[in-house]
Amino acid sequence: MKTSLISQEELLLEFENKINAEQKIEPLDWMPDEYRNHLIRQMSQHAHSEVIGMQPEGNWITRAPSLRSKKILLAKIQDEGGHGLYLYSAAETLGVSRDQYIQWLHEGKAKYASVFNYPALTWADMGAIGWLVDGAAITNQVSLQRTSYGPYSRAMVRICKEESFHQRQGYEIMWKMMEGTKDQQEMAQDALNRWWWPALMMFGPHDSDSPRTSNAMKWKIKRETNDHLRQKFINKTIPQAELIGLKIPDSNVVKLSDENYQTSDINWDEFWKVVNGNGPCNEQRLAHHIKYHNEGAWVRESASISNPK
Amino acid sequence: MSNTDTQGELWEVFIQSKPGQSFKHAGAIHAFDREMAIENARDTYTRRGEGSGLWVVRSKDIVSVTPNEEGYFFDPSNDKVYRHPTFYEMPEGVKHM
Repeated sequence: MKTSLISQEELLLEFENKINAEQKIEPLDWMPDEYRNHLIRQMSQHAHSEVIGMQPEGNWITRAPSLRSKKILLAKIQDEGGHGLYLYSAAETLGVSRDQYIQWLHEGKAKYASVFNYPALTWADMGAIGWLVDGAAITNQVSLQRTSYGPYSRAMVRICKEESFHQRQGYEIMWKMMEGTKDQQEMAQDALNRWWWPALMMFGPHDSDSPRTSNAMKWKIKRETNDHLRQKFINKTIPQAELIGLKIPDSNVVKLSDENYQTSDINWDEFWKVVNGNGPCNEQRLAHHIKYHNEGAWVRESASISNPK
Repeated sequence: MSNTDTQGELWEVFIQSKPGQSFKHAGAIHAFDREMAIENARDTYTRRGEGSGLWVVRSKDIVSVTPNEEGYFFDPSNDKVYRHPTFYEMPEGVKHM
């Protein structure tokens, strides 16, 4: 093959030229190990987040307050499962099997979004999760539609099309509660108080504390930095809260200009505590996934011995 | 890497969004047989009426050109500009061409 005559330097140059020309990298293209490993980590984290994210909401299916809200919640959770599958299949194009990805999750070697390690205590949390957690995820995912890895980018386009229903259904729940009784208003405010900071934490550490950001930006895996995306989310969310009479749980919010707000800094001790496995629900979320994965083993085994048609 | 994949084979999914249009690659799913493959593809990729047609094919059965071969594989078409309509000169004023 011709390829053996091409040096690593030439391959890298060709790879970077492609990226600089905004061409997508496809599964069979040459890519630096560091690029592949970054994607393996980021895409599997993303896929696991979609699937683990089904748990806090699944908790409320049987207690949804109306048939309408139950149907919507079921459809939303099914979407999250579907998003996990889009992302797993995109991540598998990097040469790692789905079993391997799940094993890394179960061994604690792969992470998922820390936000799902917080409990969903009331029905208003279904509103706050859809509005804030999905809202933060959309902010990030809209940017990732332009990521340089083709299969990841295409999965993001598909996911973004579906996510806006998620955010709107969440905001609608919050709005309806704010139009309701005093108890309902307090419940909605309480949910915002508990989910505001975890939602801001979803964007990750400050750029200055994010060691992997620079290569990820250079190779256009990420298109915007953590802090930039977080600010975008803050700027669009604060007016949404105010519109329905909710108060942001931060006494230092200052409106700098028309669409630009300053907020307090995140409690980074709490952030790292949850990332490192000591949040309120870390053990529960993982144990739940492992339990049902193992309990489903017989289904996979019997399917695999059925007559292939 | 694990060789003990317990989740069935990988299948590529192609969706035709409207009758008469081309089928377009959407992604992949896992399944143990053809029936499960087409149903999983429906549940995963067409929850919002995205498709009027659906194809699934085992990923291992897809034949593709590797990027290393791209250059010379497509070579034969590069020097045949006369295959494009814009190659030909036309007299001023000709219509319906």
